[in-house]
Amino acid sequence: MRLFNVRDGIVNAAIFLLDTPKKLYILSIFNMHTGPSKIVLSQTGGPLYQQIVNQVKQKIAVGEWVAGEEIPSIRQLAADLRVSVITVKRAYLEMEHAGLIVTQHGKGSFVAADVAAGPELFEQEIDGHLEEVARLGTTMGMSEREIVSRLRKALDETENAPVIPKSSKESL
Amino acid sequence: MNNLSIQMEGVSKRYPHFFLDSISLELREGSVLGFIGANGAGKSTTIRILMGLVRQDAGSVQVLGHSMPAEQTAAKLDIGFVSEDMRLYGAATLRWHMSFVASMYPRWDQAYADTLLRRFDLKPEQKIKGLSHGQRVKAALLLALARQPRLLILDEPTTGLDPVARREVLGELMSVLTDEGRTIFFSSHNTLEVEQISDHIAFIDRGRLIALDEKEDLLDRWRRVRLMVPPNAAVPQLPGVVEVAGTERLPVLTTSQFDPAVVSLCQNRGVTVEAVDSMTLEEIFVANVQSRRELQPA
Repeated sequence: MRLFNVRDGIVNAAIFLLDTPKKLYILSIFNMHTGPSKIVLSQTGGPLYQQIVNQVKQKIAVGEWVAGEEIPSIRQLAADLRVSVITVKRAYLEMEHAGLIVTQHGKGSFVAADVAAGPELFEQEIDGHLEEVARLGTTMGMSEREIVSRLRKALDETENAPVIPKSSKESL
Repeated sequence: MNNLSIQMEGVSKRYPHFFLDSISLELREGSVLGFIGANGAGKSTTIRILMGLVRQDAGSVQVLGHSMPAEQTAAKLDIGFVSEDMRLYGAATLRWHMSFVASMYPRWDQAYADTLLRRFDLKPEQKIKGLSHGQRVKAALLLALARQPRLLILDEPTTGLDPVARREVLGELMSVLTDEGRTIFFSSHNTLEVEQISDHIAFIDRGRLIALDEKEDLLDRWRRVRLMVPPNAAVPQLPGVVEVAGTERLPVLTTSQFDPAVVSLCQNRGVTVEAVDSMTLEEIFVANVQSRRELQPA
């Protein structure tokens, strides 16, 4: 049925669903399977390749994409997301280097078999940021104590401030 | 993948008030080139030469392995061309145009054409003269896409389209690219969509190609660097700076050759790097054009 055509977006589906309540049910199924665009890009969300990397990371972290699972080909994802092949290629290369996915020539791309799943992935991320903090602080000639006290201050500020979700550009 | 769909070398064309100055560019099969230029920069002239509609004064043009304009008949079998000034017959319906085009091109895909009719929200029984500008553009695109040409040459394909139609059109263009043997060359004023779907970017200004790069490289190399300069320090010489704005104490440099080493270079001179901002394709284009025009006034 046309509704499930990969190239048909939510807009088309929604138009279909306006006619009868019965079809509304189809929409919920459609959404449960997350539809064609499993990744949603934002034009103001920073570099497109970075958004793809971040979202795939999240998918792996929450277990939506599991180790060994086949993921869309570069060209297919580019078509689905309406972004250039080169952008998706760059995201995939970056994820390969990070050990998140493997690409087998002629076979496709897969989530790496030994991928660090769940919280571990985010822990790696935090460590990366902390290393960056340490490096920057040292370059600027800060003492160890000063760096630590700044981190403490940041923690205090996070506790006091209402939690506003960061834009995805800044997160990860 | 290494076949060249388009190869232009030293292509020049002189008009009384315009000179297309030895354009050289290559486009590999399976990729998308976004061609950006201001009004009157030479986009349409370049495209007309590519299509064999205008003969270049000098230089060689190969399209799908055919030399243009000499072998344009053979080349055009495999090129889908849409431009703003393309005319369809006003008194005929879209369906008439579909069967007309289908009769000439053996690779015409009727099922795909029907799908496009729905997706582009077009009515085949409607006469062309009753269509809005946007509908005409979509009709022309449909006629080009359903032929399944190996190369699409599109002159401003989304100008005048509403946001929903534009998204549909871009979606169709990208789905063409799932076939590695097909290539797209398109010009646009809309830098946002060029940034989105192009693998390669070409900037043209006043008849000259001023940039031709992989998109990701281009976006990576251009940065705005915000500095804080203490009274006794001076900004070090940085590579590729095309513009210095802001104030003496708080300058903002635009560079076309950003390197992370810039940060430590500044710090060694006592200058603080406040921020390194990436730029949109539009900002890059404007900065590029302006800096060149300043160096070389018309």
